[in-house]
Amino acid sequence: MRAVGVIEGGVSVLDRADVDTDQIIPKQFLKRVERSGFGEFLFYDWAKQPGWDLPPNPILATGRNFGAGSSREHAPWALEDYGFEAIVAPSFADIFYSNCTKIALLPVVLAEDEVRAVMAAGRASIDLAAQEVSWAGGSAAFEIDAETKRRLMGGLDDIGVTLQQADAIERYEAERERAGPVTTSLA
Amino acid sequence: MAQSLFDKIWDAHEVAEGLLYVDLHLVHEVTSPQAFESLRMAGRKLRRPDRTLATADHNVPTDGSTAAAQIRDRLSRVQVETLERNCAEFGVPVYSLGSARQGIVHVIGPELGVTQPGMTIVCGDSHTSTHGAFGALAFGIGTSEVEHVLATQTLQGRKPRSMRILYEGELGYGVTAKDLILGTIGRIGVDGGIGHVIEYAGAPIERLSMEGRMTICNMTIEGGGRAGMVAPDDTTFEWVEGREAAPDPLPLDEWRALRSDDGASFDREVTIDASELSPQVTWGTTPGMVTDVTSAVPEPRAEGDERALEYMALEPGTPMQEIRLDRVFIGSCTNSRIGDLREAAEVVRGRRVAPSVDAMVVPGSQQVKAQAEAEGLHDVFRAAGFDWRSAGCSMCLGMNPDIAAPGERVASTSNRNFEGRQGRGARSHLVSPKMAAAAAIEGHFVDIREWV
Repeated sequence: MRAVGVIEGGVSVLDRADVDTDQIIPKQFLKRVERSGFGEFLFYDWAKQPGWDLPPNPILATGRNFGAGSSREHAPWALEDYGFEAIVAPSFADIFYSNCTKIALLPVVLAEDEVRAVMAAGRASIDLAAQEVSWAGGSAAFEIDAETKRRLMGGLDDIGVTLQQADAIERYEAERERAGPVTTSLA
Repeated sequence: MAQSLFDKIWDAHEVAEGLLYVDLHLVHEVTSPQAFESLRMAGRKLRRPDRTLATADHNVPTDGSTAAAQIRDRLSRVQVETLERNCAEFGVPVYSLGSARQGIVHVIGPELGVTQPGMTIVCGDSHTSTHGAFGALAFGIGTSEVEHVLATQTLQGRKPRSMRILYEGELGYGVTAKDLILGTIGRIGVDGGIGHVIEYAGAPIERLSMEGRMTICNMTIEGGGRAGMVAPDDTTFEWVEGREAAPDPLPLDEWRALRSDDGASFDREVTIDASELSPQVTWGTTPGMVTDVTSAVPEPRAEGDERALEYMALEPGTPMQEIRLDRVFIGSCTNSRIGDLREAAEVVRGRRVAPSVDAMVVPGSQQVKAQAEAEGLHDVFRAAGFDWRSAGCSMCLGMNPDIAAPGERVASTSNRNFEGRQGRGARSHLVSPKMAAAAAIEGHFVDIREWV
């Protein structure tokens, strides 16, 4: 995974709340078995509507509960492939937030008025190490889980990190694992 | 210290701080191909095939096809064949087209008895929350996490916050679990549960069937919740007992301890009077845009309401019961179990679908289909003019041939009324199976309490 440090540049604005992953990447594009190439289908139906303007900047600023609905990781893949490196919003749907952190697309939670200020500024800088977003005329701190931050900053492979604890997993399986069900023994 | 049900399950599965053991990993064709491919590329093995189970549901046609090779859409066919190949290579049991166990992943888990109280269950699908109805901790994950579970049988992450929704009173006649959860989402909002695992409690929940509890836990995600759960009780144990993968005898002492202790604390508590609820119908493009069937399309208030009304082609002030329908869909992981089909069949028995309506029933699994046919429900639906289909996700999400046309208005027992969800430009209204069945007969929504 790409390491995340400072993300700086233009801000694209999608001023809508409760944007669901069906809008971000409609279902007809979920039939592919590859991980890449989803960017051209981003917001496929909305992008055809008059007045749509969402240039591929490093930063996307949007409304609360962004990424609601389906767990499809194709949504973060499409946003990342399109060019976004960070998304700033007042809140994110849980699965979407987690999915973003797995592909180095940085989700940043700011207060509603701070997101509005980032939208108005048109440019911003996001410093993951300092956990701070700054723009012309202001700045704001953001929270992120320490372990998630460590993995993002190091560009670490999640599975590799967990496999360093393989002994603990084996111990769990030997001593505490639940007795069943065993799927492979269903007749 | 007093613990909640969620605390107990979390503690029993914490391998180390921030690392949760997964008892059961359910897999389907849409969110797994990239995970298997990455696993293969990295030369990693699948840690626990015996804790993994796969089925094909999202892409499958519901026309009775019995093999992936019969799927006409090339991309869908490739995806289902890829699932079959990946499962064969990694030793994962797979119930694909043609299997008597094939069906919607959240229907077959409980049905086979692999969903049991106290477990941790994950799947690359947001409606995994369904399994929480059995007193399990179950939630949806993305494809990177699917790969992580395949490789390590664990998930990384902090413990979510907890919420309890306590229901008081009694559900009125004709008001179902679907109305309870739609009404709940209408109250807490589609982001009300973000970051929380929700326990549903109170007498109205205890009185619900397992089907009803699954409907409620299923739609937890539509209120933003990470997972939904109900403490297991005799209703649960009776449901699980005797199923193929169920333990014999059931470990009842252990399972009865799976409940929130008196004095357990929750980060947030909400109380809802169930007796206040009427049958619910959504009018907009999120499940939170919902109102009583006796009510009218509301005036736009919140951000997004105007766009939703425009998409739905609805005028504020229009009585919900005057909304005319083109299609009725009874199915999906929310409402396609035998109990749901029995309720709908009772409504349509001896009646005819309105000539202007195209109505379909899609059982959630091949086993539900077989059971319904053994009870003659298929004859009831067919005699009324419903199309009786084979198992799959069908028109819930439009990834298969069952889609609504642009502009068509659908009464649907599924879980999402998002723009384009059931077909590009299609307009979805979420309702209970009874309400959908009655709407099919009349061609518009009716108050099931007055109508029956």
